[in-house]
Amino acid sequence: MSVLSLSDLSVSRGRREVVRKVSFNAEAGEFIGLLGPNGAGKTSLFRAVLGLLPHRGQSSLSSMAARDRALHAAWAPQAREIAWPIAVETLVMLGRLPHLAAGAHPSVRDHEAVADALARMELEALAKRPATGLSGGEQARALLARVLAQDTPLILADEPIAGLDPAHQISTMVAFRDLAAEGRTLIVSLHDLGLAARYCTRMIVLSDGELAADGTPDQVLTSDILARVFGIRAYVAETEHGLVVQPEAVLSPVERP
Amino acid sequence: MTRLTGVLLAIVGGLAVLSLLVGPAGFGPGQALGALVTGRGEAVTLVMREIRLPRTILAILVGASLGMSGAALQGYLRNPLAEPGLIGISSSAALAAVVALQTGLASAFALALPLSALTGAFFAVGLVFALAGPRGGSLIVILAGIAISALATALLSLTLNLSPNPFAVSETVFWLMGSLADRSFAHVGLALPFMAAGWLCLALTKRGLDALTLGEDAAGALGLPLARLRVLVIGGTALCVGAATAVAGAIGFVGLVVPHILRPFVQSRPGALLLASALGGAAIVLAADIAVRLVLPDRDLKLGVVMAFVGAPLFLHLIWKTRAALA
Amino acid sequence: MTTKQRPDAGKSHGRSTSAFAPKCTALWLAALLSLGVTLAEAETPTRVVSMNLCTDQLAMMLAAPGQLISVSSIAHDPFTSPMHIEAQAYPTNYGSAEEIFLLAPDLVLAGSYSNPTTIAMLRRLRLRVEQIDLVEDLSQVATRLREVGEILDRTAEAEAAVDVFEARLEELRAPVPGGPLTAFYYPNGYTLGTETLSHEILSAAGIPHLAERLGRAFSGRLALEELVMADPAMIITSDPYPAASRSEEILRHPAMRRLTEPHGAFVAGNEWICGTPHVLAALEELAHERAARQ
Repeated sequence: MSVLSLSDLSVSRGRREVVRKVSFNAEAGEFIGLLGPNGAGKTSLFRAVLGLLPHRGQSSLSSMAARDRALHAAWAPQAREIAWPIAVETLVMLGRLPHLAAGAHPSVRDHEAVADALARMELEALAKRPATGLSGGEQARALLARVLAQDTPLILADEPIAGLDPAHQISTMVAFRDLAAEGRTLIVSLHDLGLAARYCTRMIVLSDGELAADGTPDQVLTSDILARVFGIRAYVAETEHGLVVQPEAVLSPVERP
Repeated sequence: MTRLTGVLLAIVGGLAVLSLLVGPAGFGPGQALGALVTGRGEAVTLVMREIRLPRTILAILVGASLGMSGAALQGYLRNPLAEPGLIGISSSAALAAVVALQTGLASAFALALPLSALTGAFFAVGLVFALAGPRGGSLIVILAGIAISALATALLSLTLNLSPNPFAVSETVFWLMGSLADRSFAHVGLALPFMAAGWLCLALTKRGLDALTLGEDAAGALGLPLARLRVLVIGGTALCVGAATAVAGAIGFVGLVVPHILRPFVQSRPGALLLASALGGAAIVLAADIAVRLVLPDRDLKLGVVMAFVGAPLFLHLIWKTRAALA
Repeated sequence: MTTKQRPDAGKSHGRSTSAFAPKCTALWLAALLSLGVTLAEAETPTRVVSMNLCTDQLAMMLAAPGQLISVSSIAHDPFTSPMHIEAQAYPTNYGSAEEIFLLAPDLVLAGSYSNPTTIAMLRRLRLRVEQIDLVEDLSQVATRLREVGEILDRTAEAEAAVDVFEARLEELRAPVPGGPLTAFYYPNGYTLGTETLSHEILSAAGIPHLAERLGRAFSGRLALEELVMADPAMIITSDPYPAASRSEEILRHPAMRRLTEPHGAFVAGNEWICGTPHVLAALEELAHERAARQ
């Protein structure tokens, strides 16, 4: 059975349809990069999938009860909000809320999950620090650790590596790949085509609310799709380290197919 | 029970005893507490059981309600400036209470007074929430509060001015500043059921407020029923502030000062701040009520005055700290 | 002087002033023309306006028919005015300078605590204003009667009233002290001291006053718990006004109820407010109460 299945999912905001009839299934062990230019409908798609936005069509997630959904899928929104100066480990522990019975205190299992998430995001040293006192990149990693602590089969993340330094961009992508290797499913929206090509097992491209491409990176990153969806020309090559993608130039409107 | 809860309970207990011992009628602590417990000495017993005891109990109830409401509002709006008094909830409750009293509704049935006050509070919280939107930006919350406060205060003055009762005309200051002088068990009985219901509502928001630290979307994806949370915060605050205001008038700043002082002690966790602020609120209102009796014993100094001395400078300090966000 | 004041008491009687409006214009012109004459010497006043509850009573008792043309609005209020029925015969004023000036009086009677700005304005308008002092003990009732009688040029009537008052006072004055220890307790916990007319009335009835025991000469707030500790046997209080007020709630406090069991509190009526012969009614009622409680 698929971890997530969407059929004909559409979202309207006002009179505009921002997501149009998107269908795909996600399986265990897949690391899916959700690509698309700004305004393509990536965030709306995520929120509709989770049932946070009204939508038409089917999402296997949004039809679940709230608690079951939280045990099945974790979500890292693009807006990195931390309202109070709580300790990093307290922040990460919030990911355990769906696992806690009403009024229950965190168990050993919960503390282990938090420790594991902190380790994956290399945050052990900052565990006791107030989260609001961290740098932007550190906050982003703390929020991702919270998502990991939720310990769900499916993880959705909206631009999780935006604003991270190169080392942490790579280590975060590696952490995601490792999670996928452990059998989890990740759907992550990204703008960095190079990192996406290197680490994702599958790519889904949204263009103007519609599914424009869905397949392995080398199937998706064709010059035709790069030109048509992103309006760019890129250097794409298969190397011994994997697929390399380097955007080169913006195409003028007449050059686009 | 955490250590903080223990310490706060001890402070509340100590202040409650002190509150029972402070009063213009001169008799010793031993005689006072003896009469309270055993009922020996007719006049002393009457003073202790019918005058000082209800006043002390009411100070605890009102303080706990206001402290907890402040913590819940701040947690929900993710804004340390939100407070029932400052954003017009208390004055709206006071207005509704005054209208109930002056139209005779309050004498129609006993619970009409607190019911009316909580209706006023309910409308004010609802209005602030509607104006502030899901993320209560400081500026919007404060501006909405100023507008609601100003209107409620003006209508309250108007209602009292139109009263055929010459004493009512001069009671604006009681309703806007609050006092516990000469309250009786009748008032305790009137307020307690509503406050208890309010505490229950707010206690149920503990997890939701914690999760809201991450924002609405993340909290929603953590399985928190946001619509229910909103109803609980609005309902709980209205019950608490409405009942407190109906019997004691509008006492400002409790919900601002107490969560601010106690936040570091609960490592800023908004859920844990609820219980701590309830106890802290009880302590601060008890202390303020002791102060008004010690400073000017024969003047019925208003509680809101004492709270403003503590709260207003703190409020200015908070504005100074959040001025970047306000600009 | 008064623990009861209803600033807006005459609201429902607004018609009396408005009905006089057209007539007033003509009178106002007449007043302007005759101003010099009026001020020349204090002759027998013919158009007297009273703007104080207590001068209302004295003027209504002593004035010749037609001499008194207006009384204060609270004279119509049954809560505060023992002569509210007699007062129905007179138009009322709300005590504003403009309104009083338009009545074109040749004498204005005011209390010593009447609004000083209004008094100053009336004098600026060159009206004759006489301010009558408060009564603080019963002997002053006669003094005030004579004083107002003099001003109104009704000395014979004043002397007659004094004779009747003093004779009745002697009859009512209790020969032996006794009766329940009594305290006055009004809204906001306001209690009366020994330098008040009410204390005088209580003393004339022979009843011991708590303020004397506590050494309180002046009136002021007495905490409910102090009252409870003093344990008076009788409490004199006021009737609640219509519509609620927090100030009056103290009179319904459970401790108050326990204190006034089993007889209940004694309600001081409108005769207690002014130092006029009406205080005799208060004294009479008090004597009955004392007898009933013995």
